Amino acid sequence: MKKERYTISVFTEDIVGMLNRVTIIFTRRKINIESIAASESEIPNIHRYTLVISEAEDMVKKVVLQLEKQVEVVKAVYHKDSEVVYQEIALYKVPTEVLLSGGEAEKIVRAHHARVLSVEPAFTVIEKTGHKAETQALFDELEPYGMLEFVRSGRVAITKPMKTLKSIVEELENTQD
Amino acid sequence: METLEVKNTMPKLGLMTGSQAVVQALIAEGVDLMFGYPGGAIMPVYDALYDVEQELKHVLARHEQGAVHAAQGYARATGKVGVCIATSGPGATNLITGIADAQIDSTPLVCITGQVTSHLLGTDAFQETDVVGISMPVTKWNFQVTRAEEIPMAIAKAFYIARSGKPGPVLVDITKDAQFGKVDFNYVPFTGMRSYQPKPKLDLDSVKAAANLINSAKRPFILFGQGIILSDAEKEFKAFIEKTGIPSAWTILGLSALESDHYLNVGMLGMHGNYAPNKLTNECDVLIAIGMRFDDRITGDLSRYAKQAKIIHIEIDPSEVSKNVHADIPVIADAKEALFELSKIVKENSHSEWLNKFRALEKEEYAEVIENELYPSTEKMTMGEVINEINVQSDHNNIVVTDVGQHQMMSCRYFKFKQTKSMITSGGLGTMGFCLPAAIGAKMGQPNKQVVAVIGDGGFQMTLQELGTMFQYGVDVKIVVLNNEFLGMVRQWQEMFFEKRYASTTMVNPDFQRIVSGYGIATKKVVKREELADAIEEMLNHKGAYFLEAIVGKENNVFPMVPTGASVSEIRLK
Repeated sequence: MKKERYTISVFTEDIVGMLNRVTIIFTRRKINIESIAASESEIPNIHRYTLVISEAEDMVKKVVLQLEKQVEVVKAVYHKDSEVVYQEIALYKVPTEVLLSGGEAEKIVRAHHARVLSVEPAFTVIEKTGHKAETQALFDELEPYGMLEFVRSGRVAITKPMKTLKSIVEELENTQD
Repeated sequence: METLEVKNTMPKLGLMTGSQAVVQALIAEGVDLMFGYPGGAIMPVYDALYDVEQELKHVLARHEQGAVHAAQGYARATGKVGVCIATSGPGATNLITGIADAQIDSTPLVCITGQVTSHLLGTDAFQETDVVGISMPVTKWNFQVTRAEEIPMAIAKAFYIARSGKPGPVLVDITKDAQFGKVDFNYVPFTGMRSYQPKPKLDLDSVKAAANLINSAKRPFILFGQGIILSDAEKEFKAFIEKTGIPSAWTILGLSALESDHYLNVGMLGMHGNYAPNKLTNECDVLIAIGMRFDDRITGDLSRYAKQAKIIHIEIDPSEVSKNVHADIPVIADAKEALFELSKIVKENSHSEWLNKFRALEKEEYAEVIENELYPSTEKMTMGEVINEINVQSDHNNIVVTDVGQHQMMSCRYFKFKQTKSMITSGGLGTMGFCLPAAIGAKMGQPNKQVVAVIGDGGFQMTLQELGTMFQYGVDVKIVVLNNEFLGMVRQWQEMFFEKRYASTTMVNPDFQRIVSGYGIATKKVVKREELADAIEEMLNHKGAYFLEAIVGKENNVFPMVPTGASVSEIRLK
């Protein structure tokens, strides 16, 4: 079966060790996690992990069931790129002098709608959010001017389907004896 | 935090130490027997155990692996949660094999490990190991306690998770300072949490769809597994098959859920299972799998497995449905509930012509394999004839515990059973060394039943230190070692698939009689067929533990066999 990119969202109780329980499910099947982001959700004490993997859908389905089987996982879902709104953030550290000269580098930053976060005598930190292709494009153009440091976050994604986590959690709480 | 609904509470016992709280929590959960091995980081709990010896008996194993297998044997024989306890570091890591075994065979266990004092965590302290990290892939749930106040809740949650839904092992790791700390003990049994739905709600539409398919089937066939035993569904299962008249075959963990001589019991599935159920898997029109997970040892080549059949899969664990074999009608439910509802709406039927097909193939297998195994004309004894003699003399009333290998397959094939929970074997993990300690646990859990431990000469030497446990507690297990001076199953594969290159499978064994005698256990060695019946009679009538060593043919093979990569219908009789 064809491998495609999927975003997996895992909603869990907020406990120590949960990230490990989530990731070993991928490790065991030798699935590479392309990116991962962890944060709170809109519900107190429920955390969400957003993972991106490239696999056949059949495997993704099975992995999601394995995730849901974990005692402290509230819900796990998977989506294709078209079913989520997603974003990544990238930070670029470049020498300040290349921007001061008023040359090409400044134009590039403008053209990409990137933000300057911090200016120091030796370096400037630029921020760009977008899809990976967009943050990568800025990287590629800035690199010739001297890239001192670069970092990109994992994908964060909001799903398009409308069932809310709140309604899922309420349903689960109501089925308790 | 998790949602909790409090149903009932124990009277408050007041301020106590964390280790006393561990012990009181175990007592509150109804534990009266546990297995373990002390050490530095768990000493406070052992000290607390000293005060409650009458209510909560602790059995000192000879190795932590022995303790965890004993807890497994106890759990499998009684249906209760098995409990074992060990210290940090090596004590904890020695439990891992048993925990992995319990995870894959869905055995409810609560394992308690001591841990170094919390301020030493992560410092490579003496006997510190990250047992929570190590055990994570092989536990249903685990938790590290660092404060005494967490103990009652952690133990309550551990028992709830271990026994509910699809059971499994849980581990609670308790730092030494938490054991010494103080807690105002108030035990509240755990009753549920929003992130864990152990019993899926039965969808009656799926039951109806299953019933329709079953009612219209011409050649329906049932595969049943341990799910029947774990959900106490033996009665409902029998009612269902008797109403529908469907031939039923078992996985080795489902063995004993239906009595061996039931007219619809058509035998064992899988690699060394019976001829008919394997062959006819590829001829049935509806395959009904109940409480089983289509392990690769059951299915052989998946691309040629029951492709002609519509599949109904009754299973409590959603992740098992359509994992290996696509289910046309999934019934995600507890087997007991599902079978109860299903029995109400299926039509009465009999499939005598279809059943006769099984019986005809069974005759072929009898002539080609079984007769030679049970009544051999060879000079040396066979494993099957030893097993058969035990059957004959004990009227199918034993709890049989096995190790892993040829003798295990022979035991599953030839022991006969009348009562459920009578066969205890390491199925999924295939853990050599499982038998002796598991048999000790089974006997201590079911002291009024005869427990027969059947072991190969290889597996026996993996955990024979547990003879010490038997000796110390006077555990009446009848040990039968089927000695072929080989690691028989590996040797069989070397013979069949590696041109008889017997790499490291011959065993030069010590004098087992002298070793076992050293533990004060009565022994006998049988070499000749003529001595067998008397020896087995003596063993079964002996008061107390007994060790019977039967010298069997060195290079005998287990047949039938579905070779790796073959389809179940390509099962070989020789």
